[in-house]
Amino acid sequence: MANLNAPPLHAATRPVTAVARYVASTLGLATFIGAWVAVTSLRLVPDTFLPSPLAVLAKIVELTHEPYAGSLLQAHLLASLHKFGVSYLLAVVVGVPLGLLMGRLRSVEWAISPLFELLRFIPPIAWVPFSILWFGTGFLAPTLVIFAGAFSPCVLNAYRGAKSIDKPLIEAAQTLGAKGWTMMSRVVLPAALPHIVAGLRVSAGFGWQSLIGAELIVGSTGLGYMIVQGESNLAPAVVIAGMVTIGVIGALIDYSMRALEDWIRRDWGH
Amino acid sequence: MAAYPNRQSTTSTRARRGASARRRVIAASCIAALLASWYLFTGPLGLITSIQFPSPQNAYDCIVQLIGPGYAGATLSRHVLDSTELVLLGFLAATLTGVPLGILMGWSRMAEAYLNPVFQIIRPIAPIAWIPLTILWFGLGTTAKIFVIWLAAFSPAAINSYTGVRNIDPVLIAAARVHGASTRRVLSQVVFPGALPTIFTGLRISLQACWMVLVAAELVGSFAGLGHIMIIATRDLNPGMIFVAMACVAILGVSLSVALARIERWAIPWRT
Repeated sequence: MANLNAPPLHAATRPVTAVARYVASTLGLATFIGAWVAVTSLRLVPDTFLPSPLAVLAKIVELTHEPYAGSLLQAHLLASLHKFGVSYLLAVVVGVPLGLLMGRLRSVEWAISPLFELLRFIPPIAWVPFSILWFGTGFLAPTLVIFAGAFSPCVLNAYRGAKSIDKPLIEAAQTLGAKGWTMMSRVVLPAALPHIVAGLRVSAGFGWQSLIGAELIVGSTGLGYMIVQGESNLAPAVVIAGMVTIGVIGALIDYSMRALEDWIRRDWGH
Repeated sequence: MAAYPNRQSTTSTRARRGASARRRVIAASCIAALLASWYLFTGPLGLITSIQFPSPQNAYDCIVQLIGPGYAGATLSRHVLDSTELVLLGFLAATLTGVPLGILMGWSRMAEAYLNPVFQIIRPIAPIAWIPLTILWFGLGTTAKIFVIWLAAFSPAAINSYTGVRNIDPVLIAAARVHGASTRRVLSQVVFPGALPTIFTGLRISLQACWMVLVAAELVGSFAGLGHIMIIATRDLNPGMIFVAMACVAILGVSLSVALARIERWAIPWRT
């Protein structure tokens, strides 16, 4: 009868011991890296196609003290982060209040949502040509693209957050005389915060990806520019080194936003 | 009761009808205002120059040129077919590989433990960042684009299939087992249909990712397609063509999403 008290088995699966999982995970990684090493060291593909993992590591180290495509790896990274930070902030500062307003005031919702629906289906990267025409090829060029990527998740989540607030909560605040700015800042914003922060995380991911896309096409600094230069110089080690950096930074951005989300969610008791 | 609907419900329907009428008026007037200011700013007022944004007339001329003699090496239909074909091929490849892999990872913990670390290493790299490497590998042709589209669409398809399988009520599987269903039967008649709604959620995300990455890849380097029109038009300082190509991208994106939603409704008739 011990079985009756056993923990329920997971849906589809047989239980696997922790050791077996650990071994399998290590094996998986080993297969991946082993295949990479084998392919490159057995000369199955030329160096101009795929460099070995060691060569990529060496390249990353080299890039930190020898400039490539005009600057060091750190400088490219800082340039990318700078562009990302400015445009992302802009998208949040415009998008979140707009979303909250759309959630609270029906006339704003009715006025904005048709335009919003029209623009939503244009991939952010498709704004690159107009951003070149409007802002030139300088530092500002990717701003519009990042903004286009980060804006709509901000708006949508703030809107959903404002819509999902308990009616009694709003009514209670109204009974106590809250309206306008007080209502927005003291009731709506805090209540919608968990939704908003979830939107900020999605936005950050889209924004980062859009930035890289924009830098591939326009600009003369940044990680995207660096890997595109690596491509035209037939230097796959530089390209992969750049991709690794992009991946690590993307993961870090996602991780910190997730931490923020968890923290807010815990504090706001949702 | 039906013959004498109570007063409250009539007023509320009337209120709702009034609200929806007001909604239409506001939405329509907003769009009208936008169109009017587009015409005024680019035309009579001249606040926006013709190399910043096209006037309606200019945009129309570009459409005519694109349909007739063509632009950037081909006519509109050729460009549209080219882009659509690449998206569909890449999306199909991602569906055929990502969904089975996700189901496998959801079904077998060992498979998950084996594959997950590699997956987690590759996933944070934005699919767009693969474009230069794929050009190095396969050149500017169709192979590179299909590969990068596949890459972009793969992980949403796989992750959602995985989640779908994991979220199936264990009781359902146990019930099927108790009635003597083989593993194959459980997979095909319990697990797969149970996970299907979540799988389709993943496919919808995949399709959007495909479309975005295709445009990026065509902007970076290509011989035809809507992104190709855009980049040639940028070089020619021809905002009308950029505008038309963007509109085509949006329209095609919507049509593909709608088509997928149709397929979803057909594949999951039990879901309302």
